[in-house]
Amino acid sequence: MKIRARRRLALVLRTGAAVALTLAFLFPIYWLFMISFKTPDEIFAYPPKWWPGQINFANYAVLFKDGDATTVWNSLVIAGVSTLVSMFLGSLAAYSLARFRTGGEHLANWIISQRMVPPIAIVFPIFLLYVWLGWVDTYVGLILLYSAFNLPYVIWMMRGFILDIPPALEEAALVDGYTRWQVLWKVVFPMCRAGLFATAIFTFVFAWNEFLFALVLTRTEVATYTVQVTHYFGGQSNFWAKISAMSVLGTLPVFVVVAFMQRYLVRGISLGAVKG
Amino acid sequence: MADLRITGLHKYYGSVHAVRGVDLEIPAGEFAVLVGQSGCGKSTLLRTIAGLEDADAGTIQIAGAVVNDEAPRNRDIAMVFQNYALYPYMTVYDNIAFGLRARKTPAAEIDAKVKQAARTLAIAHLLERFPRQLSGGQLQRVAIGRAIVRNARLYLFDEPLSNLDAQLRDEMRGEIKRLHQELGRTMIYVTHDQIEAMTMADRIVLLRDGRIEQQGTPLDLYEKPATRYVAGFLGSPAMNFVDAELAFADDGAQVRVPDGPVLGLPAARVQRLVGRPAGPVVLGLRPEHVGHASADASRPGVARHVAAIELVQPTGARSYATFRLGAAAVVAELHAHDVSQPGERVELAIDMNRAVLIDPSTDRVIP
Repeated sequence: MKIRARRRLALVLRTGAAVALTLAFLFPIYWLFMISFKTPDEIFAYPPKWWPGQINFANYAVLFKDGDATTVWNSLVIAGVSTLVSMFLGSLAAYSLARFRTGGEHLANWIISQRMVPPIAIVFPIFLLYVWLGWVDTYVGLILLYSAFNLPYVIWMMRGFILDIPPALEEAALVDGYTRWQVLWKVVFPMCRAGLFATAIFTFVFAWNEFLFALVLTRTEVATYTVQVTHYFGGQSNFWAKISAMSVLGTLPVFVVVAFMQRYLVRGISLGAVKG
Repeated sequence: MADLRITGLHKYYGSVHAVRGVDLEIPAGEFAVLVGQSGCGKSTLLRTIAGLEDADAGTIQIAGAVVNDEAPRNRDIAMVFQNYALYPYMTVYDNIAFGLRARKTPAAEIDAKVKQAARTLAIAHLLERFPRQLSGGQLQRVAIGRAIVRNARLYLFDEPLSNLDAQLRDEMRGEIKRLHQELGRTMIYVTHDQIEAMTMADRIVLLRDGRIEQQGTPLDLYEKPATRYVAGFLGSPAMNFVDAELAFADDGAQVRVPDGPVLGLPAARVQRLVGRPAGPVVLGLRPEHVGHASADASRPGVARHVAAIELVQPTGARSYATFRLGAAAVVAELHAHDVSQPGERVELAIDMNRAVLIDPSTDRVIP
């Protein structure tokens, strides 16, 4: 009886803590959404208004009318294409490392070490290089850069997932009449599908959130939404309505991706955790 | 014509010399078993035949054509793997059809072949299931099914039964042998289990340290082992080895066990020893050639020896009794009722007609 009561209490405490934590994490997002629907008066009202008088999309309309919203499209193109590029190249490289022991034992470690370079250390050399190449403020510039930045991560993750596949599955396909390339499509990728999706999501989110390189390497043509948001912080005043509406636009695509891919995301994270 | 001919094959893994000059010929339709302890190179040899490993020296011919530089898919082979190698995201049907689809077989033909194979292996009711829904024995049947639909020249089995429990293993052993008789295909089977080798093989190829120690029919290897290693590897319980002296007297030759009996050799055996010097020898005795004296009527070449039994291991019809011959522990196979308990003194009949004499300096059997 006593034990059961104690268990019940523990459950209540645990659930209470979980709810409190979730609310704490969700509140800023809630606040962001609310501001984006408010009128300027409501934004600065004191005491704060928890709910806008009416849902109004004026803040968003301005973004679309002025063309600021295209920066979200820029982000989509840059993050999307660079994810595809780094996933394609990275998966092939990972397969080579895992199955053919390309580069010996230490190449994989060396590759992941590239991920540890502080971006600030290389941003200006890259800027000068890009000026010379004429790649500043172009899609190709940021796409290549993000692909290069994400490659070590993709290679490292995918190598782990591929190593988990029993080699006999591939050997059986080779004996049965398939080429290496066919084995990749018919055996390796289906076997590590969860890992592929999880890695792709992380890669996408990294490119989506990237700020430093985008700030230095873009001007007007391909500025990403992260850069655009900073334009609303002014010396005289901050355009809170635009900031929040832009932030919501920037949050939605990731929100949608994660919502649809959650299954893979969770599995991908836990797979990585077990591998250590 | 030989379906498989290997000449001078060598394979290295880094600094490890895994296969050291193997010459082997397997005629069409034969069931050959590559057997040996782990690390003897048997799996490496099989994988090299399959093309999953490259040969470092030597040639491999399948049906007369050198295949050293051919990809596995072009070698006309089918293979069954130890851990089944089934695709978890495909049904049993798709797993069996997988190899046929690679070769662009018409769908109707695939369907007919998959169903035929499923009937042969008694898995027709499992075709729509996924591998995770099957037991170990069923998985192994599916893996075999995937190989047999493939109408290949050479069927390779890499320890296919070692993940199964003992009872299933016995059952599948018979099943694979039956399949071989029905299909009449050339099969090469790798195992570390000497009982599997003995029961299934037309020809046993016994490997040791990357070389062929001896090859031949199971009975050849069992009755006429060429080396001490072969003699000790085949048979369960294993052959007994006793250090002794070979001595010649006027009336023939004897094996003298230090601190033990003097065992006379039969006349036929003595003739073959003419010209051999006396000296140390290892006496090899199979348990079934040491019996109870009362059960074995006096025959020429059968030596008698009274000994105290140290250990009795009943197995049902037969019991294995351990006794001393000089310093060596020797296991005898007796009728279950011929011996009751340890300490009992029993008169044993040692059949010297079947005894093996081994030269201790070379470990080769004296013919």
